[in-house]
Amino acid sequence: MNLTSAQLYVLQRLSAAVLAPLVLVHLGLIVYAIQDGLSAAEILSRTRGSFVWAGFYSAFVIAAAIHAAIGLRSIAAENLAWRGARLDALTYGAALLLMTLGARAVAAVVL
Amino acid sequence: MGADGGNLSVRIWKGGAGGRLIEFEAPQRANQTVLDVVTWVQRHRDPGLAYRFACRVGMCGSCAMTVNGKPRWTCRTHVAKVAQDSRLTIEPLRNLPIVKDLACDMTVFFEKWRDARGRFEGRATRYDDIECIAPETPARQAVDAGIECINCAVCYAACDVVAWKPDYLGPAALNRVWTLQNDTRDAAQAERLAAVAGEAGCHNCHSQQGCTTHCPMSLNPTASIAGLKRAVFMAALRGEV
Ligand code: SF4
Ligand code: SF4
Ligand code: FES
Repeated sequence: MNLTSAQLYVLQRLSAAVLAPLVLVHLGLIVYAIQDGLSAAEILSRTRGSFVWAGFYSAFVIAAAIHAAIGLRSIAAENLAWRGARLDALTYGAALLLMTLGARAVAAVVL
Repeated sequence: MGADGGNLSVRIWKGGAGGRLIEFEAPQRANQTVLDVVTWVQRHRDPGLAYRFACRVGMCGSCAMTVNGKPRWTCRTHVAKVAQDSRLTIEPLRNLPIVKDLACDMTVFFEKWRDARGRFEGRATRYDDIECIAPETPARQAVDAGIECINCAVCYAACDVVAWKPDYLGPAALNRVWTLQNDTRDAAQAERLAAVAGEAGCHNCHSQQGCTTHCPMSLNPTASIAGLKRAVFMAALRGEV
């Protein structure tokens, strides 16, 4: 099942809208953890088993994977003149790869 | 303005894609346009010089060239405004194949206009009354904002996305489409939206506004394309494109 160009455009816009607030919270969180000198164990004690953080970072991973994959697609089309099946393979491959890596990271902090 | 007297040093592109710039001297005159200079060179120095023009008053859109690196309509570009130290470099438009010297092949430009369905498709017949369009309606105002295009391809030459992705429909065709999508008499708007929603379509635009900066008619293709993007977005949510 390949998405149309218009559907990819919609997905990129929607994923950007989702990402914008999530990135801000994520950055705030980094600053908070560093400022407070939280250790890895202390961070994990807060994230393990938390549905909130599992939900937050799952949404982050899904939105980032979609957004980055479609962005890479444009770059490959404009700068490498990729078209057709190769372009689709890059798009869906990148999305899948980022989704997998992200899912592993989320599992590592919440499970 | 600039007064009569003195000489211009003019470098003009000669040949096809593998051509080169040739240097000419031309007299500097008051109120001289870049097209005047090209014509002077052709009449007095190089009768074989190929270039294109028709109206000389900014209506036909045939005289566009690259002047000191920027796309311009040469019949209405004053030398005094663009010459740097009495120097001019005149090349054919970017993003189009060169036929010879300053004349480029506009075929692709107009093929994209056609592929984007940039043609009015009415539903009324000659037996119907003439439809009244109120000038103050938002739709008609959107048409008015984009309708004065003279097909000069200056925007097309200015667009980096066309340079990177040559199948992109480009600003002129998309601006035209936006005027038709706002024309209440047109009967092919769903099909036309589909024509600009594909791989070569409006969402390729990066909104950098090269087209808008250089359009000699002061049109805003970027805004027209933004309108098309919104329309495509909504149509995609409805599952139509
Ligand atoms: S605004 Fe869009 S169409 Fe205009 S020059 Fe930039 S990319 Fe091209
Ligand atoms: S939109 Fe402007 S620059 Fe582009 S073809 Fe029309 S008149 Fe020329
Ligand atoms: S010659 Fe017609 S627009 Fe310049």
